[in-house]
Amino acid sequence: MAKDGHSLKPYFFVLLLLWTLTVATWGTALLELPHPWGAVVAFLIAMTKATLVVLFFMHVKSASPLVKLAAAGGFFWLLIFFAIILSDYLARHPVTGWT
Amino acid sequence: MSESHAQAPALAHHFESYEQQKETSFLGMWLFLAQEIMFFGGMFVTYVVYRTTYPLAFEAGSHELPIHWGFANTLVLLVSSFTMVVAVNGAQTGKPKRLFAGLVGTIVFGLVFLSVKYVEYSIKWDHHLVPGLNWAWDGPDGAQIYFSLYFAMTGMHALHMVVGIGIMLFMLRPALRGKWTPENYNFVEGFGLYWHFVDIVWIFLFPYLYLIR
Repeated sequence: MAKDGHSLKPYFFVLLLLWTLTVATWGTALLELPHPWGAVVAFLIAMTKATLVVLFFMHVKSASPLVKLAAAGGFFWLLIFFAIILSDYLARHPVTGWT
Repeated sequence: MSESHAQAPALAHHFESYEQQKETSFLGMWLFLAQEIMFFGGMFVTYVVYRTTYPLAFEAGSHELPIHWGFANTLVLLVSSFTMVVAVNGAQTGKPKRLFAGLVGTIVFGLVFLSVKYVEYSIKWDHHLVPGLNWAWDGPDGAQIYFSLYFAMTGMHALHMVVGIGIMLFMLRPALRGKWTPENYNFVEGFGLYWHFVDIVWIFLFPYLYLIR
């Protein structure tokens, strides 16, 4: 992250952010948001945390374009996986019984 | 910036430069992780399909999990990711002691996480919430699927951590002896990528297993 690479401060800052977001996850769960918003908010927070880890802890932010592409490719593949399977399942089994 | 191999002992003969060697190493690791993403992705897709099929059972099942343990473990695992990045930084900047301390910290926090997991699994056993082995449930239908997924997902996650801790134990001695240098710390960074990936899996497991409300 830091150009000279010696300072650990930026990493510590990222850790504090991740902790804060973890508290936020629990906090929003306590609100018992109406379905499906609880799951959506949980997803948004988890995605933010994952992005922080990928960019800063996994150094993708400062990685070469090729490594960036490979990293993004893995997650893009997952997106295709979810999109195609769920477009079938969710269409065939309408979600019922949410409280 | 091609180095002569005679002057660059940490450069393997089939690479032109340290830069190329590093790039190759990271690219390979990310391709491995893409495979890991799909592996865990399969379980997450299964989760979505069954959570939408048995929403009441998933909510009732989730209420059986101790949130405070899951929450504390999330914080612990995030710290272990921080100590891991400290270790990588130590290797990258030629500070063997920082590398060693980072690895020890990651091992310790990893073990704390696994210990809490052991406590949680014991509670599941005592409450007869282990499908197929020790099961008694009078809530909504489909809770066996929720708990099967709980054990499959957290179990595979924990297994990845056990493997990671095992690898780190073997890294301790070479770390202190200065095996990894700023020119070639690729193994440490590659291992770090693995450890952070396992952390990311947990980032999604915590809200989707513990916090269904």
